Amino acid sequence: MKVTLWGTRGSLPSAGPETVRYGGNTSCVEVRGEDGTLIVLDAGTGIRRLSHAVEPDVRRIHILLSHLHMDHIQGFGFFEPLHRSDAEVHVWGPPSTTHDLRTRLTKYLSPPLFPIRLRDLPCRLFLHDVPMGGFTVESLGVHCALVCHPGPTVGYRITQGSAAMVYLPDHEPALGARSFPLPADWTSGADLARDADLLIHDSQYTDAEYAQRPGWGHSAVRHAVAFAGVVRARRLVTFHHDPGHSDDVLDALVDKIRRGSPLPFEFIPGQEGMTFEVTTR
Amino acid sequence: MAQKEIEIILMRQLASYLSVPIFVVDPEGTLLFYNEPAEALLGVQFDEAGEMPMSEWATIFKPTDDQGRPLPPDSLPLVTTLKTVAPARGALWITGLDGVPRRLDVVSFPLVGQGHRVLGAAAILWDINSK
Repeated sequence: MKVTLWGTRGSLPSAGPETVRYGGNTSCVEVRGEDGTLIVLDAGTGIRRLSHAVEPDVRRIHILLSHLHMDHIQGFGFFEPLHRSDAEVHVWGPPSTTHDLRTRLTKYLSPPLFPIRLRDLPCRLFLHDVPMGGFTVESLGVHCALVCHPGPTVGYRITQGSAAMVYLPDHEPALGARSFPLPADWTSGADLARDADLLIHDSQYTDAEYAQRPGWGHSAVRHAVAFAGVVRARRLVTFHHDPGHSDDVLDALVDKIRRGSPLPFEFIPGQEGMTFEVTTR
Repeated sequence: MAQKEIEIILMRQLASYLSVPIFVVDPEGTLLFYNEPAEALLGVQFDEAGEMPMSEWATIFKPTDDQGRPLPPDSLPLVTTLKTVAPARGALWITGLDGVPRRLDVVSFPLVGQGHRVLGAAAILWDINSK
Protein backbone atom coordinates (compact mmCIF):
# COMPACT_ATOMS: atom_id res chain seq x y z
CA MET A 1 0.00 0.00 0.00
CA LYS A 2 1.02 3.55 -0.63
CA VAL A 3 -0.33 6.22 1.72
CA THR A 4 -0.27 9.95 0.93
CA LEU A 5 -1.22 12.79 3.24
CA TRP A 6 -3.25 15.47 1.42
CA GLY A 7 -4.56 17.29 4.46
CA THR A 8 -3.13 17.12 7.97
CA ARG A 9 -4.79 20.08 9.67
CA GLY A 10 -7.58 19.76 12.20
CA SER A 11 -10.76 21.70 12.74
CA LEU A 12 -10.26 24.53 10.24
CA PRO A 13 -8.22 25.09 7.07
CA SER A 14 -5.21 27.19 7.99
CA ALA A 15 -3.48 28.41 4.89
CA GLY A 16 -0.69 30.93 5.35
CA PRO A 17 3.04 31.38 5.34
CA GLU A 18 3.26 30.09 8.91
CA THR A 19 1.80 26.67 7.98
CA VAL A 20 3.41 25.89 4.62
CA ARG A 21 5.51 22.96 5.83
CA TYR A 22 2.92 21.02 7.84
CA GLY A 23 0.11 22.20 5.59
CA GLY A 24 -3.15 24.00 6.05
CA ASN A 25 -5.64 21.62 4.44
CA THR A 26 -7.96 19.58 6.61
CA SER A 27 -8.04 15.79 6.85
CA CYS A 28 -7.60 13.78 3.71
CA VAL A 29 -5.43 10.71 3.16
CA GLU A 30 -5.04 8.65 0.00
CA VAL A 31 -4.52 4.90 0.24
CA ARG A 32 -3.57 3.00 -2.89
CA GLY A 33 -3.53 -0.74 -3.03
CA GLU A 34 -0.90 -2.56 -5.02
CA ASP A 35 -3.48 -3.16 -7.77
CA GLY A 36 -4.50 0.50 -7.86
CA THR A 37 -7.53 0.24 -5.58
CA LEU A 38 -8.16 3.77 -4.34
CA ILE A 39 -9.46 4.60 -0.89
CA VAL A 40 -9.77 8.19 0.26
CA LEU A 41 -9.88 8.69 3.99
CA ASP A 42 -12.02 11.72 4.80
CA ALA A 43 -13.01 14.57 2.54
CA GLY A 44 -11.45 17.58 4.19
CA THR A 45 -10.10 20.37 2.04
CA GLY A 46 -7.06 18.28 1.12
CA ILE A 47 -9.28 16.24 -1.19
CA ARG A 48 -9.30 19.03 -3.79
CA ARG A 49 -5.60 18.58 -4.52
CA LEU A 50 -5.95 14.82 -4.43
CA SER A 51 -8.39 15.17 -7.34
CA HIS A 52 -5.51 16.02 -9.64
CA ALA A 53 -3.66 12.85 -8.67
CA VAL A 54 -6.56 10.58 -9.64
CA GLU A 55 -5.87 9.25 -13.11
CA PRO A 56 -8.70 9.54 -15.65
CA ASP A 57 -8.82 5.78 -16.04
CA VAL A 58 -9.63 5.28 -12.35
CA ARG A 59 -13.34 4.58 -12.51
CA ARG A 60 -14.16 3.41 -8.98
CA ILE A 61 -13.26 5.31 -5.82
CA HIS A 62 -14.15 4.66 -2.21
CA ILE A 63 -14.33 7.56 0.24
CA LEU A 64 -14.32 6.45 3.88
CA LEU A 65 -15.48 9.14 6.28
CA SER A 66 -14.43 8.90 9.90
CA HIS A 67 -17.28 11.20 10.94
CA LEU A 68 -19.21 14.15 9.65
CA HIS A 69 -17.67 17.12 11.40
CA MET A 70 -17.19 19.92 8.89
CA ASP A 71 -13.41 19.67 8.62
CA HIS A 72 -13.81 16.09 7.37
CA ILE A 73 -16.41 16.77 4.67
CA GLN A 74 -15.75 20.36 3.65
CA GLY A 75 -13.86 19.41 0.51
CA PHE A 76 -16.29 16.72 -0.64
CA GLY A 77 -18.02 18.77 -3.34
CA PHE A 78 -14.66 19.78 -4.78
CA PHE A 79 -13.51 16.24 -5.50
CA GLU A 80 -13.39 16.22 -9.29
CA PRO A 81 -14.33 12.55 -9.85
CA LEU A 82 -17.75 13.33 -8.42
CA HIS A 83 -18.31 15.46 -11.50
CA ARG A 84 -17.34 12.72 -13.96
CA SER A 85 -20.17 10.69 -15.43
CA ASP A 86 -17.89 7.69 -15.90
CA ALA A 87 -16.91 7.57 -12.22
CA GLU A 88 -18.42 5.33 -9.58
CA VAL A 89 -17.95 6.77 -6.12
CA HIS A 90 -18.79 4.88 -2.94
CA VAL A 91 -19.00 6.89 0.25
CA TRP A 92 -18.87 5.05 3.55
CA GLY A 93 -19.50 6.68 6.91
CA PRO A 94 -21.14 6.23 10.26
CA PRO A 95 -24.88 6.62 10.70
CA SER A 96 -26.27 8.12 13.88
CA THR A 97 -28.74 6.28 16.06
CA THR A 98 -31.62 7.90 14.16
CA HIS A 99 -30.33 9.02 10.74
CA ASP A 100 -28.54 7.20 7.95
CA LEU A 101 -25.42 8.55 6.25
CA ARG A 102 -27.33 10.13 3.35
CA THR A 103 -29.59 12.11 5.64
CA ARG A 104 -26.68 13.31 7.71
CA LEU A 105 -24.43 14.18 4.76
CA THR A 106 -27.09 16.14 2.90
CA LYS A 107 -27.46 18.49 5.85
CA TYR A 108 -24.29 20.10 4.52
CA LEU A 109 -24.32 19.07 0.87
CA SER A 110 -27.51 20.87 -0.08
CA PRO A 111 -28.64 24.50 -0.33
CA PRO A 112 -28.21 26.88 1.33
CA LEU A 113 -24.87 25.55 2.65
CA PHE A 114 -23.79 24.05 -0.69
CA PRO A 115 -25.16 24.85 -4.15
CA ILE A 116 -25.24 21.32 -5.57
CA ARG A 117 -27.32 18.45 -4.24
CA LEU A 118 -25.92 14.94 -4.01
CA ARG A 119 -28.55 13.69 -6.43
CA ASP A 120 -27.40 16.21 -9.05
CA LEU A 121 -23.82 14.97 -9.15
CA PRO A 122 -22.99 13.38 -12.52
CA CYS A 123 -21.09 10.40 -11.10
CA ARG A 124 -22.75 7.21 -9.96
CA LEU A 125 -22.81 7.82 -6.24
CA PHE A 126 -23.42 5.14 -3.63
CA LEU A 127 -23.74 5.94 0.07
CA HIS A 128 -23.17 3.21 2.62
CA ASP A 129 -23.67 3.19 6.37
CA VAL A 130 -20.31 1.76 7.31
CA PRO A 131 -20.65 -1.69 8.89
CA MET A 132 -18.94 -2.27 12.19
CA GLY A 133 -16.32 -4.97 11.88
CA GLY A 134 -14.66 -6.02 8.68
CA PHE A 135 -15.43 -5.64 5.00
CA THR A 136 -13.43 -5.50 1.82
CA VAL A 137 -12.91 -2.73 -0.70
CA GLU A 138 -11.66 -4.52 -3.78
CA SER A 139 -8.15 -5.73 -2.89
CA LEU A 140 -8.01 -3.97 0.48
CA GLY A 141 -9.37 -5.18 3.79
CA VAL A 142 -11.10 -2.60 5.96
CA HIS A 143 -11.86 -2.91 9.63
CA CYS A 144 -13.92 -0.25 11.30
CA ALA A 145 -14.77 0.50 14.93
CA LEU A 146 -16.38 3.27 16.93
CA VAL A 147 -13.88 5.39 18.80
CA CYS A 148 -13.94 8.09 21.43
CA HIS A 149 -14.92 11.41 19.82
CA PRO A 150 -18.14 13.43 20.13
CA GLY A 151 -20.87 12.02 17.88
CA PRO A 152 -20.70 8.80 15.87
CA THR A 153 -17.05 8.48 14.85
CA VAL A 154 -15.12 5.55 13.50
CA GLY A 155 -11.50 4.69 12.98
CA TYR A 156 -10.27 2.56 10.10
CA ARG A 157 -7.70 -0.18 9.77
CA ILE A 158 -6.79 -0.92 6.18
CA THR A 159 -4.87 -4.03 5.32
CA GLN A 160 -3.23 -5.62 2.36
CA GLY A 161 -1.88 -9.01 3.21
CA SER A 162 -0.38 -8.63 6.67
CA ALA A 163 0.46 -4.94 6.20
CA ALA A 164 -1.80 -2.57 8.13
CA MET A 165 -2.30 1.17 8.25
CA VAL A 166 -4.62 2.68 10.86
CA TYR A 167 -6.38 6.01 10.64
CA LEU A 168 -7.58 7.68 13.84
CA PRO A 169 -7.69 11.38 12.95
CA ASP A 170 -10.04 12.50 15.71
CA HIS A 171 -9.58 10.46 18.83
CA GLU A 172 -9.49 11.12 22.55
CA PRO A 173 -8.53 7.84 24.20
CA ALA A 174 -7.42 9.72 27.31
CA LEU A 175 -10.90 11.07 28.02
CA GLY A 176 -11.76 10.54 31.65
CA ALA A 177 -8.64 8.50 32.36
CA ARG A 178 -7.08 9.45 35.67
CA SER A 179 -3.76 8.40 34.23
CA PHE A 180 -2.99 7.58 30.63
CA PRO A 181 -2.29 5.18 29.08
CA LEU A 182 -4.72 2.63 30.44
CA PRO A 183 -4.39 -1.09 29.73
CA ALA A 184 -5.12 -1.84 26.09
CA ASP A 185 -8.43 -3.58 26.81
CA TRP A 186 -9.75 -0.35 28.36
CA THR A 187 -8.36 1.94 25.66
CA SER A 188 -10.51 3.24 22.82
CA GLY A 189 -9.14 2.23 19.43
CA ALA A 190 -6.68 -0.31 20.80
CA ASP A 191 -7.99 -3.32 18.91
CA LEU A 192 -8.09 -1.34 15.71
CA ALA A 193 -4.54 -0.05 16.01
CA ARG A 194 -2.82 -3.10 17.46
CA ASP A 195 0.55 -3.77 15.78
CA ALA A 196 -0.14 -1.22 13.03
CA ASP A 197 2.67 -0.73 10.55
CA LEU A 198 1.56 2.88 10.13
CA LEU A 199 -0.62 4.71 12.66
CA ILE A 200 -2.01 8.11 11.73
CA HIS A 201 -3.29 9.60 14.97
CA ASP A 202 -4.84 12.78 16.31
CA SER A 203 -2.17 14.96 17.94
CA GLN A 204 -3.97 18.26 18.10
CA TYR A 205 -2.97 19.73 21.42
CA THR A 206 -0.17 20.61 23.74
CA ASP A 207 -0.61 19.30 27.28
CA ALA A 208 -1.70 22.73 28.44
CA GLU A 209 -4.30 23.01 25.67
CA TYR A 210 -5.66 19.55 26.42
CA ALA A 211 -6.12 20.49 30.05
CA GLN A 212 -8.45 23.26 28.89
CA ARG A 213 -10.37 21.11 26.39
CA PRO A 214 -11.12 17.66 27.76
CA GLY A 215 -14.08 16.14 25.97
CA TRP A 216 -13.51 18.04 22.74
CA GLY A 217 -12.51 14.75 21.17
CA HIS A 218 -8.80 15.23 20.58
CA SER A 219 -5.44 14.17 21.92
CA ALA A 220 -2.34 15.90 23.10
CA VAL A 221 0.80 14.82 21.26
CA ARG A 222 1.84 13.04 24.43
CA HIS A 223 -1.36 10.96 24.33
CA ALA A 224 -0.74 9.94 20.73
CA VAL A 225 2.76 8.82 21.67
CA ALA A 226 1.46 6.84 24.66
CA PHE A 227 -1.31 5.29 22.56
CA ALA A 228 1.19 4.21 19.90
CA GLY A 229 3.19 2.52 22.61
CA VAL A 230 0.17 0.69 24.02
CA VAL A 231 -0.81 -0.70 20.62
CA ARG A 232 2.80 -1.45 19.60
CA ALA A 233 2.63 0.59 16.41
CA ARG A 234 5.67 0.55 14.14
CA ARG A 235 5.35 4.14 12.93
CA LEU A 236 3.32 7.01 14.40
CA VAL A 237 2.34 9.90 12.17
CA THR A 238 1.00 12.92 14.04
CA PHE A 239 -2.11 14.37 12.45
CA HIS A 240 -5.00 16.82 12.83
CA HIS A 241 -2.74 19.66 13.90
CA ASP A 242 -4.43 22.49 15.71
CA PRO A 243 -5.25 25.38 13.35
CA GLY A 244 -3.53 27.73 15.75
CA HIS A 245 -0.22 25.86 15.63
CA SER A 246 2.33 27.30 13.25
CA ASP A 247 5.16 25.27 11.76
CA ASP A 248 7.44 26.61 14.48
CA VAL A 249 5.07 25.55 17.24
CA LEU A 250 4.76 22.07 15.72
CA ASP A 251 8.53 21.80 15.37
CA ALA A 252 8.88 22.63 19.05
CA LEU A 253 6.35 19.93 20.00
CA VAL A 254 8.25 17.42 17.91
CA ASP A 255 11.55 18.42 19.47
CA LYS A 256 10.09 17.98 22.93
CA ILE A 257 9.00 14.43 22.15
CA ARG A 258 12.34 13.58 20.55
CA ARG A 259 14.27 14.92 23.53
CA GLY A 260 12.32 12.59 25.82
CA SER A 261 12.77 8.90 26.40
CA PRO A 262 13.62 6.75 23.37
CA LEU A 263 10.48 5.58 21.61
CA PRO A 264 9.86 1.98 20.53
CA PHE A 265 8.48 3.20 17.19
CA GLU A 266 9.34 5.72 14.50
CA PHE A 267 7.88 9.13 15.32
CA ILE A 268 6.92 11.12 12.23
CA PRO A 269 5.37 14.58 12.36
CA GLY A 270 2.70 14.47 9.69
CA GLN A 271 3.14 16.96 6.88
CA GLU A 272 1.01 17.52 3.82
CA GLY A 273 2.48 15.69 0.81
CA MET A 274 4.24 12.96 2.76
CA THR A 275 4.00 9.46 1.33
CA PHE A 276 4.54 6.14 3.04
CA GLU A 277 4.95 2.63 1.77
CA VAL A 278 3.22 0.13 4.01
CA THR A 279 4.47 -3.35 3.35
CA THR A 280 4.38 -6.71 4.99
CA ARG A 281 6.90 -6.93 7.81
CA MET B 1 -7.55 -9.47 26.17
CA ALA B 2 -9.89 -7.91 23.61
CA GLN B 3 -10.68 -4.23 23.88
CA LYS B 4 -13.99 -3.30 25.48
CA GLU B 5 -16.56 -1.58 23.31
CA ILE B 6 -16.21 2.19 23.33
CA GLU B 7 -19.56 2.68 25.06
CA ILE B 8 -18.42 0.40 27.89
CA ILE B 9 -15.13 2.28 28.20
CA LEU B 10 -17.00 5.57 28.41
CA MET B 11 -19.43 4.08 30.95
CA ARG B 12 -16.52 3.12 33.15
CA GLN B 13 -14.92 6.53 32.81
CA LEU B 14 -18.18 8.22 33.73
CA ALA B 15 -18.79 5.88 36.65
CA SER B 16 -15.32 6.51 37.97
CA TYR B 17 -16.24 10.18 38.39
CA LEU B 18 -19.67 9.64 39.99
CA SER B 19 -20.49 9.48 43.67
CA VAL B 20 -23.36 7.10 42.88
CA PRO B 21 -22.38 3.42 43.22
CA ILE B 22 -22.31 1.86 39.73
CA PHE B 23 -21.85 -1.79 38.72
CA VAL B 24 -21.22 -2.70 35.05
CA VAL B 25 -21.51 -6.10 33.36
CA ASP B 26 -21.16 -7.41 29.81
CA PRO B 27 -23.95 -9.20 27.87
CA GLU B 28 -23.07 -12.52 29.51
CA GLY B 29 -23.25 -10.93 32.92
CA THR B 30 -19.53 -10.92 33.55
CA LEU B 31 -18.64 -8.15 35.96
CA LEU B 32 -16.50 -5.60 34.14
CA PHE B 33 -16.23 -2.78 36.64
CA TYR B 34 -17.62 -1.14 39.73
CA ASN B 35 -16.65 2.25 41.03
CA GLU B 36 -15.32 3.44 44.38
CA PRO B 37 -18.75 4.20 45.90
CA ALA B 38 -19.77 0.63 45.01
CA GLU B 39 -16.59 -0.67 46.62
CA ALA B 40 -17.80 0.82 49.90
CA LEU B 41 -21.01 -1.22 49.66
CA LEU B 42 -19.48 -4.44 48.40
CA GLY B 43 -16.65 -4.36 50.88
CA VAL B 44 -13.89 -5.03 48.39
CA GLN B 45 -11.95 -2.91 45.95
CA PHE B 46 -12.55 -3.63 42.29
CA ASP B 47 -8.84 -4.02 41.70
CA GLU B 48 -8.87 -6.85 44.22
CA ALA B 49 -12.07 -8.45 43.00
CA GLY B 50 -11.38 -8.09 39.27
CA GLU B 51 -13.64 -9.31 36.54
CA MET B 52 -15.83 -12.23 37.61
CA PRO B 53 -18.61 -14.31 36.04
CA MET B 54 -22.22 -13.72 36.93
CA SER B 55 -22.43 -17.02 38.77
CA GLU B 56 -19.85 -15.69 41.18
CA TRP B 57 -20.96 -12.12 41.81
CA ALA B 58 -24.64 -13.16 42.00
CA THR B 59 -23.87 -15.28 45.05
CA ILE B 60 -20.69 -13.94 46.63
CA PHE B 61 -22.52 -10.93 48.08
CA LYS B 62 -25.30 -13.17 49.48
CA PRO B 63 -28.36 -11.35 48.17
CA THR B 64 -31.50 -11.93 50.26
CA ASP B 65 -35.02 -10.53 50.51
CA ASP B 66 -36.37 -8.61 53.51
CA GLN B 67 -37.12 -11.90 55.25
CA GLY B 68 -33.55 -13.11 54.84
CA ARG B 69 -34.39 -15.65 52.19
CA PRO B 70 -31.63 -16.07 49.58
CA LEU B 71 -32.45 -14.59 46.19
CA PRO B 72 -31.64 -16.70 43.14
CA PRO B 73 -29.58 -14.95 40.47
CA ASP B 74 -32.55 -14.81 38.09
CA SER B 75 -34.46 -12.57 40.47
CA LEU B 76 -31.73 -9.90 40.64
CA PRO B 77 -32.58 -6.70 38.74
CA LEU B 78 -29.33 -6.74 36.79
CA VAL B 79 -29.95 -10.29 35.60
CA THR B 80 -33.50 -9.36 34.64
CA THR B 81 -32.15 -6.47 32.59
CA LEU B 82 -29.72 -8.74 30.78
CA LYS B 83 -32.55 -11.11 29.89
CA THR B 84 -35.12 -8.53 28.89
CA VAL B 85 -32.85 -5.71 27.67
CA ALA B 86 -35.08 -3.40 29.67
CA PRO B 87 -34.73 -1.47 32.91
CA ALA B 88 -35.50 -3.27 36.18
CA ARG B 89 -35.70 -2.34 39.82
CA GLY B 90 -35.76 -4.15 43.12
CA ALA B 91 -34.92 -3.87 46.82
CA LEU B 92 -32.67 -6.47 48.37
CA TRP B 93 -30.10 -7.10 51.05
CA ILE B 94 -26.48 -7.94 50.38
CA THR B 95 -23.62 -8.72 52.67
CA GLY B 96 -20.39 -7.13 51.56
CA LEU B 97 -17.10 -8.94 51.81
CA ASP B 98 -16.47 -6.76 54.85
CA GLY B 99 -19.27 -8.72 56.51
CA VAL B 100 -21.67 -5.79 56.76
CA PRO B 101 -25.28 -6.36 55.60
CA ARG B 102 -26.80 -3.49 53.63
CA ARG B 103 -30.25 -2.92 52.17
CA LEU B 104 -30.05 -1.70 48.59
CA ASP B 105 -32.46 -0.29 46.08
CA VAL B 106 -31.08 -1.53 42.76
CA VAL B 107 -31.94 0.15 39.47
CA SER B 108 -30.51 -1.50 36.38
CA PHE B 109 -30.59 -0.45 32.77
CA PRO B 110 -29.34 -1.97 29.52
CA LEU B 111 -26.35 -0.60 27.67
CA VAL B 112 -27.39 -0.56 24.04
CA GLY B 113 -24.87 1.08 21.77
CA GLN B 114 -24.69 2.40 18.23
CA GLY B 115 -26.40 0.09 15.77
CA HIS B 116 -28.54 -1.33 18.60
CA ARG B 117 -25.66 -3.48 19.82
CA VAL B 118 -26.45 -4.94 23.24
CA LEU B 119 -23.27 -4.35 25.19
CA GLY B 120 -24.32 -5.27 28.71
CA ALA B 121 -25.97 -3.51 31.59
CA ALA B 122 -25.27 -1.19 34.46
CA ALA B 123 -26.85 -0.95 37.88
CA ILE B 124 -27.12 1.81 40.42
CA LEU B 125 -26.76 0.38 43.92
CA TRP B 126 -28.61 2.72 46.25
CA ASP B 127 -27.88 2.21 49.94
CA ILE B 128 -31.33 2.73 51.42
CA ASN B 129 -30.32 2.97 55.06
CA SER B 130 -27.57 5.50 54.61
CA LYS B 131 -29.56 7.94 52.45
